[in-house]
Amino acid sequence: MPPISSDLTAMTLAEARDAIKAKKISSKELTGAFVKAIEVGRPLNAFITEAGEQAMLMADASDRRIAKGEMGALEGLPLAIKDLFCTKGVRTTAASKILGNFVPPYESTVTQNLWDAGAVMLGKTNLDEFAMGSSNETSAFGPVFNPWRASNSNANLVPGGSSGGSSAAVAADLCLAATGTDTGGSIRQPAAVTGRVGLKPTYGRCSRFGIVAFASSLDQAGPMTKTVRDAAIMLKTMASVDAKDSTSVNLPVPDYEKLLEGGIKGLKVGIPKEYRIEGVPAEINALWTKGAEWMKAQGAEIVEVSLPHTKYALPTYYIVAPAECSSNLARYDGVRFGHRASGARDITDLYEKSRGEGFGAEVQRRILIGTYVLSAGYYDAYYARAQKLRTLIKRDFDQAFEKCDVLLTPTTPGPAFAVGAKTTDPLEMYLQDVFTVTVNLAGLPGISVPAGLTETGLPLGLQLIGKAFDEATLLRAAYAVETAADFKHSPAKWWNL
Amino acid sequence: MSVDKDTVRRIAKLARLAVPETRLEPMAGELNSIFQWVEMLGEVNVEGVPAMTSVEAQKLKWREDKVTDGGRADELMINAPESTDHFFVVPKVVE
Repeated sequence: MPPISSDLTAMTLAEARDAIKAKKISSKELTGAFVKAIEVGRPLNAFITEAGEQAMLMADASDRRIAKGEMGALEGLPLAIKDLFCTKGVRTTAASKILGNFVPPYESTVTQNLWDAGAVMLGKTNLDEFAMGSSNETSAFGPVFNPWRASNSNANLVPGGSSGGSSAAVAADLCLAATGTDTGGSIRQPAAVTGRVGLKPTYGRCSRFGIVAFASSLDQAGPMTKTVRDAAIMLKTMASVDAKDSTSVNLPVPDYEKLLEGGIKGLKVGIPKEYRIEGVPAEINALWTKGAEWMKAQGAEIVEVSLPHTKYALPTYYIVAPAECSSNLARYDGVRFGHRASGARDITDLYEKSRGEGFGAEVQRRILIGTYVLSAGYYDAYYARAQKLRTLIKRDFDQAFEKCDVLLTPTTPGPAFAVGAKTTDPLEMYLQDVFTVTVNLAGLPGISVPAGLTETGLPLGLQLIGKAFDEATLLRAAYAVETAADFKHSPAKWWNL
Repeated sequence: MSVDKDTVRRIAKLARLAVPETRLEPMAGELNSIFQWVEMLGEVNVEGVPAMTSVEAQKLKWREDKVTDGGRADELMINAPESTDHFFVVPKVVE
């Protein structure tokens, strides 16, 4: 009996790949099931642009390649792409009104790598505007709803952010896997609060070419998947050195999947004591302790380490990231592409009105912060000081990694929260990234693995942090945590009624 | 240091961002709460600490100075809000 379509969408990337390879299913069957799931999943608002027709054409082309025996690493596998990656001929919005109808005449390197490997694009997922947010609520295309709901409530929860459309799509089985980007936690935090895996690679591991820029020294693309194995498969294809991104690094990309099952006997796992933060719920700390026990039981050695400048990471980030954002977003001027205001008196008026109309509140706030900290008289007090703090934060990690191979921490200070719960005070939203942002400032790889449920049945993640360009060890450690956690939960498909 | 309404007006001008008069005061409040929080960086002694310029110890790559791409004027114009031939049209700049 052929499998029914809901079974197809519930498969992991690895399972689907193996089923296609064994010719048990075709890419068209698989893609068709996801196109249908995306239609049914519209109440989640996970996609800004659905590309069902194009997906079926890509699947057909893939099936023809398979018939000829030409198999790429991701042959025929349908993926969702965060709408921050430029896709040739397919509208790319960054969830901003200012880019509303932008159709890139070029393809981002990461997505090109995926298509070259045979993958199929299902559509472009929702996000916080220009990836600035932790709840997907700053999107000009409306909020995304988390597929998960608390066991005692029907209230809609946020899917995390900024890659909230991608996290919701993965958790709701609307794609096999998705791409995300992570500037301060935007892959790991949404993955954690949707009970799935999110990997931010080392800065320079994936090319940033063709990804709409937010903060160029922090931005990095990575996979959002159902399992650690799937993250390993995705990263292998996404990573590459690229002449179009001078910060992409020319280091060999190992076959991460093959290295997953090596075990963690003798691995030194650091527990940074500064990550025990006041006000964090007891169940987060309890899960963290459990995570350390899981690793210890598999032969890892647990060591306490210190990252003394941890508490300065978020304020440092909120100088560095807005500074880079104000500079990067200067390009949106209503002249060459994007939204243009009507009725401008002169060219300056055109710039000011187009930008005032095109950018949402959070983006405007960050542009103003960035402009201020870079302006004459304030540069040294804010930006120059923040760059020095960044050196100290990086040094903390260098010293910690003399004593250990990976670090284990919580991913988020809490589970998914209600839509609208944290939108009045920007600082409260910023605190979502307290455990993840240090990793971006130091350029390190980090991964969130689903590890447990709260009392009300909402997923929580544990974060592992690795040494620069040692994603292989990081993934191996994450695989060990995943195996011990044995997290098999999925959200009830309330939108499917 | 405290940001007032006039400062917001000034930085909005620098950022070429039209902020409505009614938003200046609330924005000053929001920015102040963020800057007050950031003040904690002042307690760290950063004397002699070099500013970070790159997280990777990598030399910026060089390449041969030759044209690798181009001749795509048509493609470059497809997203222009207003254009004529291969020119972007803007309000009159020179009187």
